Amino acid sequence: MSAETVSVTGWGRTAPSAARLVRPRSYAEARAAVRECGVRGAIPRGLGRAYGDAAQNAGGTVFDMTGLDRIRTIDADAGTVRCDAGVSLHRLMEVLLPLGWFVPVTPGTRQVTVGGAIGADIHGKNHHVSGSFSRHVTSLDLLTADGSVRTVTPGTPLFDATAGGMGLTGVILAATLRLLPVEASLMSVDTERAGDLDDLMARLTATDHRYRYSVAWIDLLARGAATGRAVLTRGDHAPLDALPARARRNPLTFRPSRLPAAPSLLPEGLLNRRTVGLFNEFWYRKAPRARAGELQTISAFFHPLDGVPHWNRIYGRGGFVQYQFAVRHGQEDALRRIVHRVSERRCPSFLAVLKRFGEADPGWLSFPLPGWTLALDIPAGLPGLGTFLDELDEEVAAADGRVYLAKDSRLRPDLLAAMYPRLADFRALRAELDPRGVFVSDLARRLNLQELS
Amino acid sequence: MKDAFGLPQSLLVLGGTSEIALATARRLIIRRTRTVWLAGRPSLALEQAAEGLRDLGADVHTVAFDALDPDSHEAVLGKVFAEGDIDMVLLAFGILGDQARDEREPLSAVRVAQTNYTGAVSAGLVSARALQTQGHGSLVVLSSVAGERARRSNFIYGSSKAGLDTFAQGLGDALYGTGVHVMVVRPGFVRTRMTSALPEAPLATTPEAVATAVELGLRRRSETVWVPGALRVVMTALRHVPRAVFRRLPI
Ligand SMILES: Cc1cc2nc3c(=O)[nH]c(=O)nc-3n(C[C@H](O)[C@H](O)[C@H](O)COP(=O)(O)OP(=O)(O)OC[C@H]3O[C@@H](n4cnc5c(N)ncnc54)[C@H](O)[C@@H]3O)c2cc1C
Ligand SMILES: NC(=O)c1ccc[n+]([C@@H]2O[C@H](COP(=O)([O-])OP(=O)(O)OC[C@H]3O[C@@H](n4cnc5c(N)ncnc54)[C@H](OP(=O)(O)O)[C@@H]3O)[C@@H](O)[C@H]2O)c1
Repeated sequence: MSAETVSVTGWGRTAPSAARLVRPRSYAEARAAVRECGVRGAIPRGLGRAYGDAAQNAGGTVFDMTGLDRIRTIDADAGTVRCDAGVSLHRLMEVLLPLGWFVPVTPGTRQVTVGGAIGADIHGKNHHVSGSFSRHVTSLDLLTADGSVRTVTPGTPLFDATAGGMGLTGVILAATLRLLPVEASLMSVDTERAGDLDDLMARLTATDHRYRYSVAWIDLLARGAATGRAVLTRGDHAPLDALPARARRNPLTFRPSRLPAAPSLLPEGLLNRRTVGLFNEFWYRKAPRARAGELQTISAFFHPLDGVPHWNRIYGRGGFVQYQFAVRHGQEDALRRIVHRVSERRCPSFLAVLKRFGEADPGWLSFPLPGWTLALDIPAGLPGLGTFLDELDEEVAAADGRVYLAKDSRLRPDLLAAMYPRLADFRALRAELDPRGVFVSDLARRLNLQELS
Repeated sequence: MKDAFGLPQSLLVLGGTSEIALATARRLIIRRTRTVWLAGRPSLALEQAAEGLRDLGADVHTVAFDALDPDSHEAVLGKVFAEGDIDMVLLAFGILGDQARDEREPLSAVRVAQTNYTGAVSAGLVSARALQTQGHGSLVVLSSVAGERARRSNFIYGSSKAGLDTFAQGLGDALYGTGVHVMVVRPGFVRTRMTSALPEAPLATTPEAVATAVELGLRRRSETVWVPGALRVVMTALRHVPRAVFRRLPI
């Protein structure tokens, strides 16, 4: 196994730190890597799509898990797949779609690994129906600090600590997932516009249950009466009979196209209030007031950004921050206040997404809770942004809500326990499982995820 | 760990009573900093500085450190780093000296050079190695515009800062890609006790302004910061003034 020291960041390209990168290609190599990782410990990393510092480990070792990339068995009758943790959801779609199966949960990009999906217990547009990723995991192999590989199944404390555990319980080596049967690789999509935030929330509340997938893009630069205006896109996998005759001959093809990558040297400030304001205006106007049953490809519906590799570079050298929080049903006022504050503040955010969550899953540090979640991208260089987000945190914490660790790069540590009430259990389990603190990350150091106090 | 805005959670100040450093520490504590180490020559002033920062809610320790005793740097700073990661080291110690006296008394000139330059070389290298082992952190070095070009009125201090500045730039290049960020800060005239006996120079500024510039530089991961920013342009111009003219300028 080769190891080289490299500078590592998350998808937001802020706060780089240096680590030894080790790429295990087998269980044996992974065990050796854990044994040899040194005093500053190790953290597994998938495709680095977490925005902040979750998959970084300054001065220590980072395991690049993409070397464990085999799909081992597919049960095409029962609809399960067993694969290595470094397999990407993109790869799973390529292999599974032609067999009539789809991943149970997909985030806004296919470029995440199965290990990362479990480590952050990710959610998709179907959370209100299907819960988070770990709900569909029937078993996983976990390499723990003592060097042993354990088979972990749902309903156990170790599973609940690992689902959403940000890689801090050990290295997930492989997992078995339950899949979703589909008849076609196209999506049937309904689009509608909402004139303001209340209109948007009313629509989502009234009719979300009719759709497997639901999300709303929200224009956070609109102010006044239009505050929170949005475009809702909701849908499901198209049934075979909804396809035009030509597409019906080959209903399960999956060939996403990619544009050239964004150049690596882009000036800062490309995304400012003006350009984003123009984009948002265009995006809102372009959406039909209402349209039903439009056929879209999987990538157009779920992963539009994957079309431009390295799109994160458009934020320039200063990088960007994604702020994602959730508040429970009944705390709609907190959500309204935050949307108003962001709009008043004129944050140039063109990626802002609102979604209604369904029932939570048991992962101790799992993010989703029954209620609402809002995610927005903001250039890190925006003056005063740090203090502004601190203020939003206060609102979120006061409303019993939380921010998403997979997106975080700046939360104040003292708010963590209020946001994640099972934090004490997580720390206690970790202290027992990994007393020497072999598994540690920049995120864990910054937020004191490992401390017993 | 530093956050997305480059704000440190732990800070080590070398020169713990420096007014510029304390203004910076206050600013950072209000933002994110929880733990502060004030390293300096033991004195009541050092303890009072620590107390002042504790009032802001930080966990503050003092540690005996003398720039003029490089033999001790490894041990003194090693102990601090052994207590936990340091996200930012602020190298703030320095003395202005007294140009007229220092010209008369070479030994007192040497003291300026040893404090500002060799003391900083030693403490800078020790800190840099510890930061590199951590794989992250910022080393912020208080240089000075005085190091940019020798001036008749303060070339002894100026030459020590020139050495420090060149050293810190090189160190920054050496550490590129190691996760460690070196930032050279070049203030002009800052109103502190160091300059209280001097007539105020044009573009004079405050310790708080330096603190603000440091915070911005951390966020941008800047390599060089001028305070005030206009000095960058002024000094670029002055650099090209012929010696015969420069020598006679009233600066
Ligand atoms: C464009 C975009 C859209 C996104 N949309 C969504 C979304 O809709 N919903 C959502 O929930 N998230 C979303 N995300 C976040 C992303 O899904 C998560 O951050 C995910 O964890 C990334 O997976 P990764 O393989 O890149 O893992 P990394 O980013 O490399 O790591 C993430 C975490 O998982 C841990 N981890 C990785 N591999 C393993 C392993 N083998 N064993 C144990 N732990 C491991 C790491 O230690 C780290 O803590 C989005 C990200 C992007 C860039
Ligand atoms: N003020 C300005 O106009 C200005 C302009 C540009 C650059 N600077 C630089 O900025 C830095 C801070 O200056 P300041 O204005 O804050 O001045 P200051 O308040 O006088 O601070 C100077 C600091 O250096 C410390 N020091 C001196 N000799 C030392 C030694 N041998 N060992 C350890 N510490 C020693 C002093 O500690 P004691 O309490 O023990 O004396 C004091 O903490 C200095 O490097 C200075 O050169 C200042």
